[in-house]
Amino acid sequence: MKVQVYVTLKPGVLDPQGKAIHHALEGLGFGGVSDVRAGRFIELEVADDVSDADLDAMCAKLLANTVIENYRIERA
Amino acid sequence: MKTAVIVFPGSNCDRDMAVALEKVTGRAPAMVWHRETELPDGIDFIALPGGFSYGDYLRSGAMAARSPILRSVADAAGRGVPVLGVCNGFQVLAEAQLLPGALMRNAGLNFVCRTVALKVENSQSLFTATYDAGETLNIPVAHHDGNYFADAATLDRVEGEGRVAFRYTDAVNGSARDIAGVLNDAGNVLGMMPHPERAIDRAHGGTDGLRLFEAALGVLA
Repeated sequence: MKVQVYVTLKPGVLDPQGKAIHHALEGLGFGGVSDVRAGRFIELEVADDVSDADLDAMCAKLLANTVIENYRIERA
Repeated sequence: MKTAVIVFPGSNCDRDMAVALEKVTGRAPAMVWHRETELPDGIDFIALPGGFSYGDYLRSGAMAARSPILRSVADAAGRGVPVLGVCNGFQVLAEAQLLPGALMRNAGLNFVCRTVALKVENSQSLFTATYDAGETLNIPVAHHDGNYFADAATLDRVEGEGRVAFRYTDAVNGSARDIAGVLNDAGNVLGMMPHPERAIDRAHGGTDGLRLFEAALGVLA
């Protein structure tokens, strides 16, 4: 089965890449965007019996750096 | 005095680090490949060099921090063996949670490659005892992900415990409180973005980095 992992910067952590993207959007004439935060999307193909606890451990140990990032796991 | 340089695929300052260690100890370091599971016996000092280990995949230092040799490095650090991580080596040590915080993309988004001024904040550590407190050093940086981040409570604790080894004297990469180098709680692990191994010979344009190696290696000599 597919598992989708969304890794996002924690609130309060400055995101220079998001700021640059925001700036570029404004440069393209898109108004009304108040903030941009860039993150990472990771798709895993896993056996059906891989537990939620294992998926959580994968995120905490490698896929996200919990000093700066949060993660969210979705089974597709 | 036996030293080791850990070499990852994508390391590119491993040779410079080896030259610095040999210059100070008179003996070539062991070059230890990331797939090794054990360090050579009797290693007194471990260096993690700069570069782009594993192509900076996932996050800078993330893959290297989970490589087989890092378990031995962590064990050695736990026993009190001095460990120096420079640039990518600092990123690896932070990812391995041997040092607090994380290194993020530079605030200006640009790769920064120039000599910067550093203030010695802690001149008592085993890496910095050859410097005077408050002394200004000129050491090169060359990095894209040197923006040091930790939450306010961690920063307060690290500062309160005197674990900031070096601070930039002006804004270089957006680092929290201009932190350029940080020590672990036991004081035997130092991570720093500037490259002391690139300032050990007058032909480099400066020798301010040499005393760091003399301090770290002389204590043990």
